[in-house]
Amino acid sequence: MINIKNISFSYPADNHIKEKQALTDINFSIKEGEFVSILGRSGCGKTTLANILAGYLAAQTGKVLINNVEVKKPGKNRIVVNQENDLFAWMTAWENMKLANKDEKKINKCLKLVGLDEIKQYFPNKLSVGMKKRLSLARALVVNPSFLILDEPFASLDYRIREELHIGLDKIFSFTKKTTLLVTHDIDEAVFLSDRIIILGDKPTSIVNELNIDFPHPRELRIKNTKKFTEIKNRIKNSYI
Amino acid sequence: MKKVFLIILLIVIYQLVNALFPNNYFPSIFQIFEALLKNLSSREIYLHIATSLLRIIVGFLIASIIGIFLGLILAYDQRLKDLKLYIELLRPIPPIAWIPIAIIIFGLGNPSAYFIVFLGAFFPIFTNTYFGAISIPPIYKNVVSSFEVSKVRYFTKILLFFTLPYISTGLKIGIGMAWMSVIAAELIGSQSGLGYFIQLNRLLLQTDNIIIGMIFIGIIGNLLQKIIEFAESKIIVWN
Repeated sequence: MINIKNISFSYPADNHIKEKQALTDINFSIKEGEFVSILGRSGCGKTTLANILAGYLAAQTGKVLINNVEVKKPGKNRIVVNQENDLFAWMTAWENMKLANKDEKKINKCLKLVGLDEIKQYFPNKLSVGMKKRLSLARALVVNPSFLILDEPFASLDYRIREELHIGLDKIFSFTKKTTLLVTHDIDEAVFLSDRIIILGDKPTSIVNELNIDFPHPRELRIKNTKKFTEIKNRIKNSYI
Repeated sequence: MKKVFLIILLIVIYQLVNALFPNNYFPSIFQIFEALLKNLSSREIYLHIATSLLRIIVGFLIASIIGIFLGLILAYDQRLKDLKLYIELLRPIPPIAWIPIAIIIFGLGNPSAYFIVFLGAFFPIFTNTYFGAISIPPIYKNVVSSFEVSKVRYFTKILLFFTLPYISTGLKIGIGMAWMSVIAAELIGSQSGLGYFIQLNRLLLQTDNIIIGMIFIGIIGNLLQKIIEFAESKIIVWN
């Protein structure tokens, strides 16, 4: 169980930039095995929230509890998959995995899970963008974290690759039931993948709505053409206004 | 092919200028070729080359080890940044300006030359390593802290490897600077080496030998650069 309690954060003033309030009194919780998305416009503070959950940033007020233990610094029990390429360019896929966990059986299992067991000796620059994302995900899973944070991991990808990865991620989630938080501004992505969506409004950033999505996992692309999917999307769009 | 053509063109231009403006100081291309054959068959030039090479190898190796280590450690631990200020103060002083001090401290001979070569190579190696290492993206630091990678592993597996392309650039600039420095040191304060060979022949008015010395300096400098580039292509395989 992950509890986010009264989180507020502001970036301090720097030279000509005034102090900026990024998050105001954020409260929510994520159940074991739940896939939750944080949805909000670009610049609304989603990544700041992900960084606080990961332990990269310390909130000015409030706290994050994972299984009742307070997050004070980064650690293996919650791993972030980033929008940027975070693979080490000088390490092969295998070495990137081995940096996270030395257990070769687990590495093989996770590479197989993301469909990359044939490219162990490849350097990241030999992989496609989609493969790089899958390798990042495999590296995150190999340490068996209690909590996975996906910070807009598919934002820079084209539509076709993104859909491919959505299907792959949903299959992995259905198989592992890993507690996951996805940070995104893409409504389609959030509805397709999540069990629950938390919508952040901006100025000041706070939770404006929460929706449960009850499509069963694993999901298929055709659910995007259903009336229910469109209705959920419209409800989300209305929350923004 | 292009390089060969350019060299032939240069030789033709030299010979044309030499034929159009004859003088006692600059030998013809044929005289230079004759001097080259004479030098190649004597032991002396090889001894001078070996002496210069030994000096550059020793000085450059010391500069590389200290430059890379200091660059990485100063970038890794920002508490040491004051030390960088002292290094920066010394950087603008050209190696050649250190020659009198080097002779006073180490005397004429190899230790002075090692010191001058060290100074020539150290600053480009250190500076490139330092600025490369501090440019490591925060995302790498985040990943490392999430996976709870130890400090030693971070230093040897992440920071060092991330900085390798920058170190390589520093080494390429450094070897060129080191070679220039050793020749300058030998021109002024030495009794052996290619710089001394040129200086000796200047006193003897043997311009053909001076040009031979310069040709050897150019060829060897180029070869040293190629060795570093070859090592780079074998080590930095992921680029």
